[in-house]
Amino acid sequence: MKRLLVAALALAAFLPGIEHAQAQTSSLATVKNRGELICGVSPGLAGFGIPDAQGNWVGLDVDLCRAIAAEIFNDAGKVKFVPLSSKDRFTALQSGEVDLLSRTSTWTMARDTALGLSFSTVNYYDGQAFLVQKKLGVQSALKLDGASICLQQGTTTELNVADFFRANKIKYEVVAFDKGDEAIKAFESGRCDALTDDSSALYALRLKLTAPEDAVVLPEIISKEPLGPVVRSSDMQWINLVKWTHFAMLNAEEFGITKANVDEMLKSTNPEIRRLLGVEGKFGEAVGLSNDWAYRIVKLVGNYGEAFERNVGAGSMLKIARGKNALWTNGGLQYAPPVR
Amino acid sequence: MTDATLENSPYAFVRKETLPQETAPLSVAGPVAWIRANLFSGPVNSILTLLCIYIVVTTVPEMVRFYFIDAVWSGTNRDACLADKIGRPVGACWAYIGDRFQYFIYGSYPVPQRWRVNIVFAMFALGVVWLLWERAPLKKVGFFFFFVLLPIGAYVLLLGGPNAEGFLRWLIGLTLVLMVVYLVLSFVPALARFWIGPAFLAVEEALPPWKRFYRPKRLILMSLVVFGLIAILADQVGLPRVDTGLWGGMTVTFLIAAVGIVFSLPLGVILALGRRSKLPIIQLLSVIFIEFVRGVPLITVLFMANTMLPLFVPQEYSPDRLLRPLVGVALFAAAYMAEVIRGGLQAMPKGQYEGAMSLGLGYWQMMRLIILPQALRIVIPGIVNTFIGLFKDTTLVTIVGIFDFLRTIEATLVDPTWATPTTRATGYAFAAMFYFLCCWGMSRYSISVEKRMAAGQKR
Repeated sequence: MKRLLVAALALAAFLPGIEHAQAQTSSLATVKNRGELICGVSPGLAGFGIPDAQGNWVGLDVDLCRAIAAEIFNDAGKVKFVPLSSKDRFTALQSGEVDLLSRTSTWTMARDTALGLSFSTVNYYDGQAFLVQKKLGVQSALKLDGASICLQQGTTTELNVADFFRANKIKYEVVAFDKGDEAIKAFESGRCDALTDDSSALYALRLKLTAPEDAVVLPEIISKEPLGPVVRSSDMQWINLVKWTHFAMLNAEEFGITKANVDEMLKSTNPEIRRLLGVEGKFGEAVGLSNDWAYRIVKLVGNYGEAFERNVGAGSMLKIARGKNALWTNGGLQYAPPVR
Repeated sequence: MTDATLENSPYAFVRKETLPQETAPLSVAGPVAWIRANLFSGPVNSILTLLCIYIVVTTVPEMVRFYFIDAVWSGTNRDACLADKIGRPVGACWAYIGDRFQYFIYGSYPVPQRWRVNIVFAMFALGVVWLLWERAPLKKVGFFFFFVLLPIGAYVLLLGGPNAEGFLRWLIGLTLVLMVVYLVLSFVPALARFWIGPAFLAVEEALPPWKRFYRPKRLILMSLVVFGLIAILADQVGLPRVDTGLWGGMTVTFLIAAVGIVFSLPLGVILALGRRSKLPIIQLLSVIFIEFVRGVPLITVLFMANTMLPLFVPQEYSPDRLLRPLVGVALFAAAYMAEVIRGGLQAMPKGQYEGAMSLGLGYWQMMRLIILPQALRIVIPGIVNTFIGLFKDTTLVTIVGIFDFLRTIEATLVDPTWATPTTRATGYAFAAMFYFLCCWGMSRYSISVEKRMAAGQKR
């Protein structure tokens, strides 16, 4: 027994060495050598990462991975998707099993600072909201006095609800369930007045109602859930590359560059468009890519607005409004630094 | 005076012919009696019967209504299964199963490559029929096909890519070399004396050259045919690499179950023999392995394999994400199998061992010819029980992000394309049917094997 313990300790002593060794190799070089990007995605979340009828991965988070593959390989298909549960997602990233995690992970201080990981940007501003039946006649979450609220137990939603109601001094009653599906069943049967979850999830859950039109998501967002891609904090170049992939998609939308018109836009005289698409300047080389990196993204995947509409917006079944995820020019939070 | 017989009997009431046979009275035969004897034989049974009738009457019509009468059978998206869209109550949404059926079978396996999975399924079906159908010819060749050719063929076909093709080329080369060796041996059989006993060699030498070493030659020929066909396929259509991350659905469920079943039995036999061995080191190692594996839940093994292992091993040497749970499941099942088989070994009377030894059989001969055939027969129910448990345990791989059959169903349940109030009930009913059919099939087969094996024991 004692010897076993010693052996285990010896092994443990070697571990930091291995981690250190990993830090030495550049993620971009690894990805290029391998010939494909390995992307950790959600094991099935409507609109963000889910296999379609043919088994192809689709979703907003998936499109970010495809955009990175597009800029590196000029082929949006060179991605291997590894579905990760919320339990093992960060371990998989730390151990180097995936190159990045694009899996609706909330950017929190603890995760950003303590795990050796970095959140680089926010590709979806989510927040916890309430779903109520229209016939209840409630227009605001502040009017939910005395309401019973269905939620999934063991998640941050429970704590957020408690904070919100305590801060506003409203009485409420919690009805907790193990799964989102059970919660929506209870909501439908009238067991509770309101259902709470992240607003993006509420839109997907709402579709499971017999009459989705009779339920409405209240405007109040009671928590901040900035969701974004996560990478290991050891590789600055890779962090920049992931960050600027998202920014390129945002900038493309801002300048009106779409999948359809990107080839014409190459002839544009607008210096900002010329810099973004690599006609002028050598901005791609700075992140280890070719200069037409942003052109490839837009050509093969599209701009942020296109990806949003296709996966979660009007073009999808979720029909989520842009809201906070609109460009800053339209009053939203999506703001990309300029390419210069 | 004449003898008194029935004919001249003075008493008219003595009947001369036998009565026609009457049907049994209603109280001992017929449906009423059957009901009375089997359903209402006492107060307790009567109450139980009434209770069961009540349960059946209240649930079955409702289920039939939900799953058949009100069910929706065709459609392309959720609108087909929404009550207010089609204007009638909606039961099970079978249209959703129909739409996603391909996904349930193949997972994310690329659509243009799915014929490869079909070939493997066909080979698997052929192997199963060959082995399970009692009167099928060439059983030994069938074993070779199922346990050697099928796994290799499935590996090359499903994975594809340069590595698999290189492996295939190497195998074909090896088979050709073996063929040459055996052709030479046919004419110079004396060369084989290094690995064949003199008695067997004498038998082979008595045969004409082309009949010599007939069995190995048959196996080599079959390997050559199977590998050759796959090689032709690879050459003509190409077998691009399909990463294991894309495998899914029933393919993966069957794969994990098959690997677990195929490896756990021989490993279990070895571990069981090891545990009963008189050699202390072997015994100790077997005991440690068995007790350690049985002491941890399968989920822990899977978590260790898929979450912890990558932390210890450098990324380049980290085994494939699907291979890890495969190995984990096989080792896990082997430990349980070992204990089942040990039960059979312990049930063997000592006389069997002594009898075998007195015949001059060595340890392996004794085990192979006398002990194991009897011991395994005794524990068939236990073995099949472990197999069925293993088959159902394959669903646990979902927690390490592998899309087995159940996971593919759950993944489609969150898809808004088919988000309706009844999708969930339909999906899980479909899963229940699939698992029931597989487990029930295994159980029926084990019963038939037991009957066949026990034929010699019947008096």
